[in-house]
Amino acid sequence: MNLVRIAQLSCGPEYSGVQREINEAARSVDAEIFFPDIRLADIREGFDLFGLDVRSPDLKLAIARARALVEGKIEADAVFIATCFRCAEAAIVRNELRRYIHENSHLPVVSYSFTERTTAGTLLTRMEALTTIARRRALLAREVQEGLTLGVDSGSSTTKAVIMRDNQIIGTGWLPTIAVLKSAEDAVDIALKEAGVRREEIQAIGTTGYGRFLVGEKMHADLIQEELTINSKGAVYLADRQHGPSTVIDIGGMDNKAISVQDGIPGTFTMGGICAGASGRFLEMTAKRLGVDITELGPLALRGMGREVPMNSYCIVFGTQSLVNALAAGSSPEDVAAAACHSVAEQVFEQQLQEVDIKEPVIMVGGTSLIQGLVKAMGDLLQVEVVVPHHSQYIGAVGSALLASGFIKGS
Amino acid sequence: MVKVFIYPTTSLILSDLVARFGHTPLSAALQIREHIQTPGLESPPLQITPEDPKKGLKWAAVEVPSGVRGRMSLYGPMLEQAEAAIIIHDADFSFGCMGCARTNELIQFLLRKRGIPVLDLRYPRTEEEGIEFVAAIKKFLNELAGGGA
Repeated sequence: MNLVRIAQLSCGPEYSGVQREINEAARSVDAEIFFPDIRLADIREGFDLFGLDVRSPDLKLAIARARALVEGKIEADAVFIATCFRCAEAAIVRNELRRYIHENSHLPVVSYSFTERTTAGTLLTRMEALTTIARRRALLAREVQEGLTLGVDSGSSTTKAVIMRDNQIIGTGWLPTIAVLKSAEDAVDIALKEAGVRREEIQAIGTTGYGRFLVGEKMHADLIQEELTINSKGAVYLADRQHGPSTVIDIGGMDNKAISVQDGIPGTFTMGGICAGASGRFLEMTAKRLGVDITELGPLALRGMGREVPMNSYCIVFGTQSLVNALAAGSSPEDVAAAACHSVAEQVFEQQLQEVDIKEPVIMVGGTSLIQGLVKAMGDLLQVEVVVPHHSQYIGAVGSALLASGFIKGS
Repeated sequence: MVKVFIYPTTSLILSDLVARFGHTPLSAALQIREHIQTPGLESPPLQITPEDPKKGLKWAAVEVPSGVRGRMSLYGPMLEQAEAAIIIHDADFSFGCMGCARTNELIQFLLRKRGIPVLDLRYPRTEEEGIEFVAAIKKFLNELAGGGA
């Protein structure tokens, strides 16, 4: 596999003891991190011309390096921007550099704010997405599914399987993830049965999600791919918005993704997951506490007034406490459901969507996109009409089946 | 002989000046060399591990970014040893450079809090200023106990 060269623009990782983790994450996806070499005079000129008068010399260096990359003075396949978590100055630089590189070059870029606890594992999905965009542009250009393919999304909460034939979804399977392999096998069996095809007939297989490696290896998958790339591709495919800009939001069971997409290829993206209060898991807990099925939470929330209930579920424990307090104080289940949806949407909006340029259409995918109350809350916050495509809960499996068709012999 | 903290701590010129005038410079080079030469660690480039920002908690609270605390784990022990300090403001990058503005502010604050003699100088921009600059450093170092080479 060709080595992807990732230019690192950063302040602080070597002093936080995480540089090794960054290198390790890159190495595990056949990439190498390098620091663009520039002359002293270019550093001065670089940040002067950029116009952001920051105080930290390491940030000035990062700005100058970004300019050198955009101007083509230094060759790279992708860019990784990393600064300390909780540093306001660095956060401004990080966001502006990501935007600057995105708007002025074709380089895929991802940014991350680290602590000393950041590990290679945390960075893996981001690095994998970054290198995929750099390495597999041709594969990502695929707009039509061909042949008979299977896509499996082994997520943290649920496992989804989709069978596609000649650009049509002909079978689906959805199960809670319990034992990763067993759940995947069972979901595939359900999808195969619905599609009326045998496993031997499948021409190519793609896997994604947390269990992608395990499931992919077991099923001899042709494509094992992280969910940022797959979901972007699946979202614009299902929403029929394969050309031009779009924004994909996936509030998952364990983490959330916000992806700025151009022609079906992710440009910038953020992955959150620090607090479960901003995840689908919190909505599951809310439904359980309200004594309703998760599928009933959305319609319930649409009938409620979220503003009537104080709730800020930054942490799932305190969020649940607010929920219990609200019910004890006499709030209606409808209002509590609406407040929970608003709380999750607000946190994704505050923590992640601020870092991604929101361009319409905004497409919500994943299981939580079926919770209408959450979609409405997100639309209200963003002041846009959010698009939820058909089969949005199967997004990872559909994206995998779509891209896997690129591996059919003769395709 | 007095231990003199130099700022920027990476300045080889400043470190050399302090040594020439008979004192011990407290500079980043020594601290970093010690880290790099520590056997058994595999955390390039500076051999700072995730444990070091935790050591930095002695000088900066947990809500302070890890990069500041990691840097403080290097510079903090030097600050505690310092008996005098020379601080050069607005230094050219080629003279010496310290990457994080917040760490730099904290270092200067902690130096002043110690109540040790501190020489504040602006980085010279002309030859004349350069001569005055060296003369001021020489005078400061000579006035420190045991100085004067």
